[in-house]
Amino acid sequence: MTLQQQFDDIPGTTLFDAQRSRQGYHLNMFCMSLMKAENRAAFKANEAGFLEQFPLTPAQRDAILKRDWNGMIALGGNIYFLAKLFSTDGLSFQHVAALMTGSTQPEYAQMMLNGGRCADGNRSKSEWQQRG
Amino acid sequence: MADIIAGVATSHVPAIGAAIDLGKTQEPYWQPLFKGYEASKKWIAAVEPDVVILVYNDHASAFSLEIIPTFALGCAAEFQPTDEGWGPRPVPAVKGDPELAWHIAQSVILDEFDLTIVNNMTVDHGLTVPLSLMFGQPKEWPCRVIPLAVNVVQYPPPTGNRCYNFGKAIRKAVESFDKDLKVVIFGTGGMSHQLQGPRAGLINREFDTRFLDNLTRDPQALARMQHVEYVREAGSEGIEMVMWLIMRGALDDDAKEIYRFYHVPASNTAVGHIILENPR
Repeated sequence: MTLQQQFDDIPGTTLFDAQRSRQGYHLNMFCMSLMKAENRAAFKANEAGFLEQFPLTPAQRDAILKRDWNGMIALGGNIYFLAKLFSTDGLSFQHVAALMTGSTQPEYAQMMLNGGRCADGNRSKSEWQQRG
Repeated sequence: MADIIAGVATSHVPAIGAAIDLGKTQEPYWQPLFKGYEASKKWIAAVEPDVVILVYNDHASAFSLEIIPTFALGCAAEFQPTDEGWGPRPVPAVKGDPELAWHIAQSVILDEFDLTIVNNMTVDHGLTVPLSLMFGQPKEWPCRVIPLAVNVVQYPPPTGNRCYNFGKAIRKAVESFDKDLKVVIFGTGGMSHQLQGPRAGLINREFDTRFLDNLTRDPQALARMQHVEYVREAGSEGIEMVMWLIMRGALDDDAKEIYRFYHVPASNTAVGHIILENPR
């Protein structure tokens, strides 16, 4: 396998590489703008209007407004930038991680208390396909 | 002569900082974690370092996507905690050591490690959480701190091997500084964790244990490990562990492990902590 294929074979995981960084530049820089209190207030007051100042694709804009976290990751978002958006929403890393895995909050929190998601069975896409 | 006498590695989970700042350290969820750092606090209080070189990563705080330095050394006299979106952590400002920091920059650049010199930046939880874990909640941090920020957010981060050799260059720089200073180097981040996507929550205790073991048994083997193995085995954010190898490279080959602590979970993360001392 090439290096790219090895990375691509890791299931449920997106590498923030050059291509995604270029694709997600404005999405991530929108998130970065939320480091300022006045921008957080302006965004909350009119989300769609605030987003107009960033040259986002329609899909990126839609994913932001719907808080589709996996969608934002697929469109070039990086988790540390998305953290500015979910912090603005008052959500924690663990809350958003649970949403991205499709679990409820309590289920995810309990999985972590039980030692987390085991590496066995989660290393390659073929393992996920076999599991169905 | 300045001397690096020991290395400390620790995770730097933001929720740990929040637990400290909100007075939750004795709650059942957090109590076992903070108990694991009690011995370390006593150790560092006895060591009384003059300077800590603190290797960490910035989490889209001081550096966005506008500028992405692979290695950035803080050469300023002071660094304020970042407002990461919910107000800056209520911790003291970090006092730097511009003289030693500039000396290190000059020495490692001439040794062909072309780092970025930073005279103005804030420091986020990646730097302040390890300080809180090791020093508690003092009015002022008890020593000067030289921040060394490493890019691990944008792929590719530096390789483990590059980090390990960079640590060696830092040691050489410190040892050529002509003031008597006790220096401790921190490597932070990790251990296994993944914060994004359907595989979020990944923890790999076996990988983490092997990594901790090999810091003394076979650091060269760790230095050879490829990024893809970190991501597959330790999660997309587990790749932060390359930063521990800067700390390791700055110590003697026969540095001794004197303390270790491992705890799952802190939020989404396996917390790992180790102290290595150079033989005297």
